[in-house]
Amino acid sequence: MIRITGATLPDGTRSDIFVANGRIAPPGTPTTSIDADGLIALPGLVDLHTHLREPGFEQSETVLSGSRAAASGGFTAVHAMANTMPVQDTAGVVEQVQSLGDRHGYVTVRPIGAVTVGLAGEQLAEIAAMARSRAAVRIFSDDGACVHDALLMRRALEYVKTFDGVVAQHSQDPRLTHDAQMNEGVLSGELGLAGWPAVAEESIIARDVLLAQHVGARLHVCHVSTAGSVDVIRWAKARGVNVTAEVTPHHLLLTEQLAAGYDSRFKVNPPLRRDDDVAALRAGLADGTIDIVATDHAPHPVEAKECAWDEAAFGMVGLESALSVVQAAVVDTGHLNWADVARVFSAKPAQIGRLDGYANPFAVGSPANFTLYDPAASTVFGIEHLHGKGVNSPYLGRTLPGRVVTTIHNGYPTVSDGLLVDADIVAATAEATHG
Amino acid sequence: MRHLLSTRDLDRDTAVGILDVAADMADVATREVKKLPTLRGKTVVNLFFEDSTRTRVSFEVAAKRLSADVINFSAKGSSISKGESLKDTAQTLAAMGADAVVIRHGSSGAPRVLADSGWIDAGIVNAGDGTHEHPTQALLDAFTMRRRLHGNAARGKDLNGLRVTIVGDVLHSRVARSNVWLLGALGASVRIVAPATLLPMGIEEWPVEVGYDLDEAMDAGPDVVMMLRIQAERMSAAFFPTAREYSRQWGLDDERAARLPAGSIVMHPGPMNRGLEISAGAADSARSVVLEQVANGVSIRMAVLYLLLSGTGEVGA
Amino acid sequence: MTARIVLQQADITRALTRISHEILESNRGSRGLVLLGIPTRGVVLADRLGAILDQIEPWSGAVGALDVTMYRDDLAKNPTRAPSPTSIPEDGIDGKTVVLVDDVLYSGRTIRAALDALSDLGRPRAVRLAVLVDRGHRELPIRADFVGKNLPTSVEERINVRLEETDGTDEVTIE
Repeated sequence: MIRITGATLPDGTRSDIFVANGRIAPPGTPTTSIDADGLIALPGLVDLHTHLREPGFEQSETVLSGSRAAASGGFTAVHAMANTMPVQDTAGVVEQVQSLGDRHGYVTVRPIGAVTVGLAGEQLAEIAAMARSRAAVRIFSDDGACVHDALLMRRALEYVKTFDGVVAQHSQDPRLTHDAQMNEGVLSGELGLAGWPAVAEESIIARDVLLAQHVGARLHVCHVSTAGSVDVIRWAKARGVNVTAEVTPHHLLLTEQLAAGYDSRFKVNPPLRRDDDVAALRAGLADGTIDIVATDHAPHPVEAKECAWDEAAFGMVGLESALSVVQAAVVDTGHLNWADVARVFSAKPAQIGRLDGYANPFAVGSPANFTLYDPAASTVFGIEHLHGKGVNSPYLGRTLPGRVVTTIHNGYPTVSDGLLVDADIVAATAEATHG
Repeated sequence: MRHLLSTRDLDRDTAVGILDVAADMADVATREVKKLPTLRGKTVVNLFFEDSTRTRVSFEVAAKRLSADVINFSAKGSSISKGESLKDTAQTLAAMGADAVVIRHGSSGAPRVLADSGWIDAGIVNAGDGTHEHPTQALLDAFTMRRRLHGNAARGKDLNGLRVTIVGDVLHSRVARSNVWLLGALGASVRIVAPATLLPMGIEEWPVEVGYDLDEAMDAGPDVVMMLRIQAERMSAAFFPTAREYSRQWGLDDERAARLPAGSIVMHPGPMNRGLEISAGAADSARSVVLEQVANGVSIRMAVLYLLLSGTGEVGA
Repeated sequence: MTARIVLQQADITRALTRISHEILESNRGSRGLVLLGIPTRGVVLADRLGAILDQIEPWSGAVGALDVTMYRDDLAKNPTRAPSPTSIPEDGIDGKTVVLVDDVLYSGRTIRAALDALSDLGRPRAVRLAVLVDRGHRELPIRADFVGKNLPTSVEERINVRLEETDGTDEVTIE
């Protein structure tokens, strides 16, 4: 039995936490003790939008390296996007990804299934097979590509409803964003970079919420990035549409101005937007229009970023820095308190993904998934803070608040004293826990 | 001057200074010995990821007139290969001891990436990057305008009060961007004329006046009319219906050219699409300074290479 | 360190007048004479010499400027210099007697650069050198034909030539 002493729970109360047999336990006699004085105990973070790249792009990330990055950021569960090679569009591939996650043991890996075969946007993938596989897929997404065809999107929403699933849409009109490089506006005009208009995102969201309402299905909107999108979603929720939405940490903190130096670490899809958009996203997250934070962790090999802007790959790594960025963007600015963070970064994403065990994270009997976080820390974020394979972080050299001290996944530590627990030990513990 | 990446970085005095040095360089072209020993022992690399014989040759002549060694490095990929990466090329050139790299690249910002990368320590000259900037073109345009405005008494002077109208595809034009910033710094007033499809978002924030009607702009009697090239690939991308319609609405035809005031000049960065954005008559008329632009290009590039490669990097009095 | 005046306005005028006579004497008149000042103060001095020559006898020579910036051997060791204009007579310098005019003769490197610059402009019959001050410490086998004042100096000392046209006053100081 582990006893965590003096932790501050998200609601602000101080309490000891007891962990035994992988679950939160009633007070007892501990064998080990962890001093959490001054630390916040947050429920294990759940990422609804992670690119683990395996199978197929192991030079960018593997399930193991991505799991380690996640654990170091305080996550205990991640949802692995479907744009692997082969694509996660069959039961076989999703089961493989899930079992790799189980074997490594740092986090619970939940595969996301493709909506269409090969993400090609032409024909529905075998959604039923994936939903009923061992991986029990509940989120379906063509992320990276938008399900652009309106009829296909309608069918996907309807079909997924059959399995209590949700379509997570990457809202990007492909015609309006042909060769687009950054947010369209004054700056893109000056820099000579092809513009990515806000309307390319907003028009797809507007269509999709109407489709979702029409067929009575659940819709999840990935990485909302514009003020207009927040307005559309707020309007849809007021109409009773069953829609949820996510925002990434980077869209809560960074703006398009960072593109001015053509440093491709700031090239991301959707692109960084204006100050007004950042303000609207923060407000939307605070008032519940936006339900959750998700990282869109997108590792790339260095050569994909060491080139001219329009030759560079889209994407940023984000698992390791996510909690610190959320603290900087919305907690330290007064938009969210720690209970809100627990909701938007754990309980709510778990609920959208139909992931059990996160509803009452510190209640006796719940699976012990939590992280101990020191919000008073402050660090210059560097390469040494990255634990996945990608170093394409937009925060390198930036001072960020907070530090993940301990992460407990299913009752065993994956991060201890700020350091990742050795992979062999975690794998062995995970195996023993699974039985 | 460490690099020349953008005319945005140039204030009035720096820009006038470059034009003044270029005026001295222009004199060299009129001498018996058209060569200066100034950059002896320096190596200038022309790194062209896109074909542009005109610009490359202009830089080559400029570097050779200053006695620099010139290496032409064509890094353009074939239809199959993507071509060498910017990083590998830069490191190769650094190993060869390049003192300056003149780079033409299809991607906006590539010269800036090279300058900031740490892969190479050479001075970087932007010879055109994507749809971003083409600073030496704007400088040679300004030089040409200044000569027309002030003649031999141009030294130290800017373009205060000059009225310049730029016509055409500003959205995709690196020449237009570099000209807008530089002409603004030099005190000229700029008016832009194009269909709305060929204007960048946010142009209302630029230091220019924007209009859609070329005839109205001609009637205002500008001192300079600069026609931009229409690229063939724009025709098929719904920026305007047909070449014929574009030419009728926004082409400088003989009739429009004839309406310009006596002293006005017509400029074009080349190569021209005769019959599309400019008629043959207007291109070859006495108003056209297209060939002067070419000649002045060498002087401007000599000035830029001199300012980049001489000295310890600081600008002295 | 305090500056000491070594030439005042009257001294400068007297020196230039003497140099003018010497130039005319050695050239046997002003025919074919071209005075080329080296910027900045050499140009001022060449203009003054031209004016004095004009008073002495009807002047048939020409005055111009020769910028040597592009020919210097120390370009890489100093901050970038903006070049000054070069102006030579319409009919060039071929067959003429060119008198280079500068304010201070020191290492001789500026004059070396001037000789190189001159050879790219044409082929004079002869090249002479006139300077207001010769302070010694030559690093090249170069000497002046006409000298306003020889000033033995130490390398640590600085010679400042100030002229009305460029500095608002006429004086030469040592510090």
